[in-house]
Amino acid sequence: MQSEAAVIRRRDLFSLIGAMAGSAAMYHAMTSLGFASESTYKGPLRLEGDPKGASVLVLGAGLAGMTAALELRKAGYKVQVLEFNNRAGGRNWTLRGGDTFVELGGQRQTCEFDRGLYLNPGPWRIPYHHRALLDYCRRLGVALEPFIQLNHNAYLHASRAFGGEPQKIRAIKADFQGQVSELLAKATQQGKLDEAVSKEDQEILLQALRSWGALDSDYRYNANLVSAEFRGYAREPGGGLSPEPLPSDPVTLSDLLRSRVWRYLQNFARYSFQTTMFQPVGGMDMIGKAFAKEVGDLIRYNAKVTQIQQNDRGVTVSYVDTTSPSTVLHAQADWCICTIPLSILSQIPVDVGSRMQAAIDAVSYAGAVKVGLQFKRRFWEEDEAIYGGITYTDLPIRQIAYPNDGFNRAGRGVLLGAYLFEGANAYEFTAMAPTQRIANAVEFGSMIHPQYKREFENGVAVAWHRVPFTLGCSGEWTDEGRAKHYKHLCQIDGRIVLAGEHASDLPAWQEGAILSSLDAIGRLHERVVKT
Amino acid sequence: MRIAQKAGAALLTFLPAAAGFTQDNAATRPTFSSGYRFVEMTGEELFANVCQGCHMPDAAGAAGAGAYPSLIANRNLATSSYAVHLVVNGRRGMPAFGDMMTDGQVAAVVNYLRTHFGNSYTDAVTAKEVREARR
Repeated sequence: MQSEAAVIRRRDLFSLIGAMAGSAAMYHAMTSLGFASESTYKGPLRLEGDPKGASVLVLGAGLAGMTAALELRKAGYKVQVLEFNNRAGGRNWTLRGGDTFVELGGQRQTCEFDRGLYLNPGPWRIPYHHRALLDYCRRLGVALEPFIQLNHNAYLHASRAFGGEPQKIRAIKADFQGQVSELLAKATQQGKLDEAVSKEDQEILLQALRSWGALDSDYRYNANLVSAEFRGYAREPGGGLSPEPLPSDPVTLSDLLRSRVWRYLQNFARYSFQTTMFQPVGGMDMIGKAFAKEVGDLIRYNAKVTQIQQNDRGVTVSYVDTTSPSTVLHAQADWCICTIPLSILSQIPVDVGSRMQAAIDAVSYAGAVKVGLQFKRRFWEEDEAIYGGITYTDLPIRQIAYPNDGFNRAGRGVLLGAYLFEGANAYEFTAMAPTQRIANAVEFGSMIHPQYKREFENGVAVAWHRVPFTLGCSGEWTDEGRAKHYKHLCQIDGRIVLAGEHASDLPAWQEGAILSSLDAIGRLHERVVKT
Repeated sequence: MRIAQKAGAALLTFLPAAAGFTQDNAATRPTFSSGYRFVEMTGEELFANVCQGCHMPDAAGAAGAGAYPSLIANRNLATSSYAVHLVVNGRRGMPAFGDMMTDGQVAAVVNYLRTHFGNSYTDAVTAKEVREARR
């Protein structure tokens, strides 16, 4: 559910060049500001000191809640967990054939995917620097495989450029580097950089531009076998007496700029999306299931929290069993870790101070939609040699993501046929019936892959504002809101502390949920052993 | 994420005048915006493409772990400034649409809500009032 350049951010052409060309300088600058340092994760939590039988009530059995349950029980606390769903994991969730999902409004979908095929409606990729999540995966025995963020053979697509033809990422990336390099080489040779770059460095710069930009001996970016080795061939190299390879024609600088497809290149340059990324083998919910194997005995399912009260002796949470909601039940503990999304918590009476309440009320929840589509065959591999990765488009579906497992296998496959995060299209897709979301994903996707129409079988569509257990995808902080409210949201208020991705600087990431939880229970434990 | 809301302004400078995508699909012809902001202009269209995502096509709302309020015969709509404020700034589960809709669009959708679904408030909101509410 992470945001990407489906929409243009405050990044223009030059910052993109900076990101691609000046990464060393950028890294230096960022490190001095503390942004690019290693994860704040310090290894497995050590909660020293005796909680003396203290009890904790955890609200929510997502990754934040189950992290708290696991660590606190280990430290000697009496732990119980209340969970709204009839399963653990929360947004760590996978839909497979036979699974049913009823969204708000009552529309029911039954996933009809073949055995082994799935959709991760929520989180779907794990950056290598999300050290806490990766550590839990290792400790809990969750097998990982690569998630392919950049596939040079997937597409960048602009519906009003290149006659609507999708362009290979390989070619756009090479042409952008090549055209910018040629321009910079020209400026260098014309003496226009004399004030900024020494003569000696200019020589090295020219060498670097030729090497990085695939320029010819005259520092031009042209159709030749050098640039073809970057952008691809018009006729591939063969063997024996087969015809010799032919170069392909680069896109002109003007066409490239006006197409705006350059805006997608940052999806391969940003820290959050750099290689290596991972996914759990078999579906993202393998993580939630592995946690539940550890702490499942502590979880009370189908529990809808209706009120959270505290006094100087403890916390009392009122809840109903969603299968018989007429009886109000109560759970009590000395302390409470509440991971309920703020979209829901803001509707529940909670005994907290006005500053925390204001923080709870201040965060709205992002719209996001994912559509999974099953096809009769893996045509993207068979016909187009696309193995994993993501195609980016300015069509309302924004992305098509190819499965990162089962490569080269015969038979059916499931694509992520639309992934919308924020922006108008996310709302427009949410407002449709699920069948309509799927039909539109097929319609638009067929503009990139004409095989869609013949090969499509079935689909499933999840719009996060209609997900009953979150009412939205993730906490949508504004800079102003964060400056004003974030600290108040994270403070321990009496006997209650909040945790979850919304209480982190990594909103919408599972790592944010876990780091938030570890931070909260660390502070809570400190308070408990001191009193 | 945090930076998403600023995207609207940047995007508009890059894209040609917001032409939405329309489809030939005969059954339904939904409108799709091409950028961060909505291209739907009428109150009816804005409701059908935005609001009903949460408040549902019949405006009856929905309930799960939390709830989306029903807008049917909703007394909170009696004061037009309250509805305008909510659409522009959001609150709790309600996202802020101020960056995604023009003054005219906000006025249109508020006026639509206040004259449909069992609401019959005749004092229409103007774009000027929305502009003032943004301050």
